[in-house]
Amino acid sequence: MSDEKKVQRRDFIFTASYALGAVGVGAVVWPLIDQMNPDRSVKALASTEVDVSSLEPGKSITVLWRGKPVFIRRRTQEEIDEARNVNIEDLPHPEKDEDRAKNPEWLVMLGICTHLGCVPLGDKGEYNGWFCPCHGSHYDTSGRIRKGPAPTNMEIPKYEFVNSNTIKIG
Amino acid sequence: MSDHNYVPSSKLGKWFNDRLPLLTLADHLKEYPTPKNLNYWWTFGGILTFCLITQIITGIVLGMHYVAHADLAFDSVEHIMRDVNYGWLIRYVHANGASMFFLAVYIHIFRSLYYGSYKAPREVIWIIGMIIYLLMMMTAFMGYVLPWGQMSFWGATVITNLFSAVPFFGEGITNWLWGGYAVDNPTLTRFFSLHYLLPFLIVGLVVLHIWALHVPGNNNPIGIDLKKPSKDTVPFHPYIVIKDMFALLLFLIVFAFFVFYSPNILGHSDNYIEANPLVTPAHIVPEWYLLPFYAILRSVPDKLLGVVAMFASIFILVILPWLDTSKIRSAIFRPIYKQLYWILVLDVLVLGYMGAMPAEGTYLLIARVATAYYFIHFLVILPLLGKREKTLTVPLSITEPVLGGSPNPQMVKKKEID
Repeated sequence: MSDEKKVQRRDFIFTASYALGAVGVGAVVWPLIDQMNPDRSVKALASTEVDVSSLEPGKSITVLWRGKPVFIRRRTQEEIDEARNVNIEDLPHPEKDEDRAKNPEWLVMLGICTHLGCVPLGDKGEYNGWFCPCHGSHYDTSGRIRKGPAPTNMEIPKYEFVNSNTIKIG
Repeated sequence: MSDHNYVPSSKLGKWFNDRLPLLTLADHLKEYPTPKNLNYWWTFGGILTFCLITQIITGIVLGMHYVAHADLAFDSVEHIMRDVNYGWLIRYVHANGASMFFLAVYIHIFRSLYYGSYKAPREVIWIIGMIIYLLMMMTAFMGYVLPWGQMSFWGATVITNLFSAVPFFGEGITNWLWGGYAVDNPTLTRFFSLHYLLPFLIVGLVVLHIWALHVPGNNNPIGIDLKKPSKDTVPFHPYIVIKDMFALLLFLIVFAFFVFYSPNILGHSDNYIEANPLVTPAHIVPEWYLLPFYAILRSVPDKLLGVVAMFASIFILVILPWLDTSKIRSAIFRPIYKQLYWILVLDVLVLGYMGAMPAEGTYLLIARVATAYYFIHFLVILPLLGKREKTLTVPLSITEPVLGGSPNPQMVKKKEID
């Protein structure tokens, strides 16, 4: 009996061949899975420059970046005050407006509801910000979720002012 | 299929059958003993086979004219509708055929629920059926994306975003599904590829579904085990074949009504607007056959839990054979289950209606109650009911209640009155 329990040379060969087989299967399967990830031509479109010189306060434009809508809003003083005078602890996803809009006049964010990806409508909802018609999420003037099923605030993409009239997203 | 001693009459037939017993298989299918009391709810298996073949044939033809590209797909569908000879007919048959397919599959599933066809020894038939149903939903969803209209685009966005609810890996999974950072051309081309593939997987599973069925044989309206072949059974051909064909003809009348008189009533007019990634339609609804699940998704206020509830509502059906503890199959002999069954049917219809309504106010409240009841039915009521319900006496054979000698004459009388 004790002989059978002993690790034999054959056990090592089995284990080694299964292990090598698993690596081989993995090496074959991975390219088939990874081919579905964003390809180089998609990644190459990673930044977009937008001329915002004609945007009046209280107006916003929507531009396409990486196939996604981006809201650029030039906020009025009222909207800025409304966004900054909120008690942070009341928010489902607490974020300071100062962190979301470095330059308080300009709010640049992905126009995608964080629930299931619809595009919210501007100047709507109970918090004068955005309202998503799909499942009823309300966002405030800083694009923060206030009411509804969306779990987080609308995302702020990486962006910078190239000059006073041009925003580079991505 | 094992104890078959079929011998073809012709010499060539015998020579061939010895090498590949296809004729034995054909003989088995022809002689296959079928309960003689099968009612019209049992004809939907044949109808579903017809639907699958119709979808594959019309789909292959549409694939000859359709162009899977974000810039061209919408126009190519209009090209099919306007320029291709009979293109309108083939596309309307394909589009409405999907709805007819689901109509038939829901009747088929609810027939199983009523007569307990999912119970031992038929659990594997049921589970394969549920996998087929899942593949059908995936195929239908991806097919709906192909015309690249507004509903296609935003339906694809919402459904693929369900996976963004997965903790940590959510974004990676959605980007992988999309092949980008939003639904776009790479998503369309892969959906086309998979939409073409999955129906053939369904064909394979249908073969397994029927194979698994032919091991224990059909369940029947009174849900008892039969001796086969016996005076309780009839050969599949010609008895069941003719009955199935007649039912199929009736079904085709409904089918043709939709195709020729109201081909767009089951669709959504927004899908005749080309996809626009900047504008979401005011009111997004999935196709009617997915509405109950959509209602469950929306009735949970938390994103992740909503998605979990939706998938659970389907998974719960897979494990149904072990949730229902009653040994009696048919609802005919389960007086309480029979009523609860109809409440469940109503519950699912209510969920479907709520899925089409905006998720707010009273609608949302009703959807939540209906969602809760759906889970209570399967997770609480069925396991308990099976142990406590006072069932009626089940006859020993199909002929017994008619020819007398029943252990429960009252029941026989009751049946006659019914």
